[in-house]
Amino acid sequence: MTIDIDVAKRRGDRLIAARFTAGPGLTALFGPSGAGKTSLLDMVAGLLRPDRGHIRVSTRTLFGDGIDLPPEARRVGYVFQDGRLFPHRRVRANLLYGVKLAPPASRWMSLDEATSFLGIGHLLDRWPGSLSGGEAQRIAIGRALLAGPEILLMDEPLSSLDAARRGDIMTVIERIRDDLKLPILYVSHDRDEVDRLATKVIALDG
Amino acid sequence: MLTPAEWGIVTLSLKVGGAAVLAALPLAFALAWVLARYRFPGRLLLDGLVHLPLVLPPVVTGWLLLLAFGPLGPAGRWLESWFGVSLMFRWTGAALAAAIMALPLMVRAMRLSIEAVDRRLEGAARTLGASSWHAFWTISLPLAFPGVLAALVLGFARSIGEFGATISFVSNIPGETRTLPLAIYSALQIPGSETMVTRLALFSVALSLGALLLSEWLVRRTPAGRQQHDD
Repeated sequence: MTIDIDVAKRRGDRLIAARFTAGPGLTALFGPSGAGKTSLLDMVAGLLRPDRGHIRVSTRTLFGDGIDLPPEARRVGYVFQDGRLFPHRRVRANLLYGVKLAPPASRWMSLDEATSFLGIGHLLDRWPGSLSGGEAQRIAIGRALLAGPEILLMDEPLSSLDAARRGDIMTVIERIRDDLKLPILYVSHDRDEVDRLATKVIALDG
Repeated sequence: MLTPAEWGIVTLSLKVGGAAVLAALPLAFALAWVLARYRFPGRLLLDGLVHLPLVLPPVVTGWLLLLAFGPLGPAGRWLESWFGVSLMFRWTGAALAAAIMALPLMVRAMRLSIEAVDRRLEGAARTLGASSWHAFWTISLPLAFPGVLAALVLGFARSIGEFGATISFVSNIPGETRTLPLAIYSALQIPGSETMVTRLALFSVALSLGALLLSEWLVRRTPAGRQQHDD
């Protein structure tokens, strides 16, 4: 499993460019705010179109060589900084949103497995608006895992949490890395986070 | 409370108003969506055209409809030759006039609710495997839906009250195009019909106030509405 990225995009007067390969484990994209880290994840997810370059996961080309797969065909899970849970659907419906859309062969986790893995069984009938930051982030992680992704993108998933919750979620991320063996691209500007979680660090400068 | 003749006026008004908003709904939503989501040359002009019936004298709107849908108008001739349908002096013509007059209000209400939908939620849905069409149906439309309902209610109330464009386009024919406001206007011309005027006017007030309250309640159920009112 290799993630091979070489992209460039101009946004306004800023050039966002990165070239690296990442293997299994958690690859931290580390750099100051404004270095274009989130834009980079958006390009991998298919939410932002690079001006040039390529994005490959194993042997699949997601972008480049005339290919530009839409987000829904990329099998790239995305945990956003702000969770982005669907406010009009209960937690259960949020978790199941991607399940029906994924081809059965590509699903590798069931709702039961996800709820016990994340310890969210008691939250299933709640509305997203009533969740704490840590709970919401667990649901966002579960929702991304249930869609059966090949790789997971995480954009500062701890930034809105207090110290105690950060520890909890970091444990969850370590288990995704070690037990589920899902390759993760992880954006952060926090040195401690990166030291604890990363198998490989890519430094991006502003 | 109302006499059979007055009930006839009320049911005709409800029929005209209902047909008007249902006919305007798809067009209003498409216009609201385009105006909320896209930037293109001519957007300001389109916005202006949509709002035109709001500021134009309604009589002028009615006269323009007469030119377009009259027996010699391009749209009128087309309807006549292809479908054998004429809107002239028919309740369907009254519904068309009401729909045109309600359109700006409906587009405005829908556009606000569409603009209030967080587009990043659609991006999240896409990464979970949803096509843009599926994301529209499952995320954007449900989140904007209270605003769409509010637009329907508001448009319905506006349609019921439509006077100027209706009377100049399809005249004032009892049982066919004489809706509530036209009936009140006609009754005012006849000495001794004050009680009828009062009853119909009270009914109009109740209907309009009810619609406004309902539409406001529905708007508060959208995320944007909640934010505005919670501040």
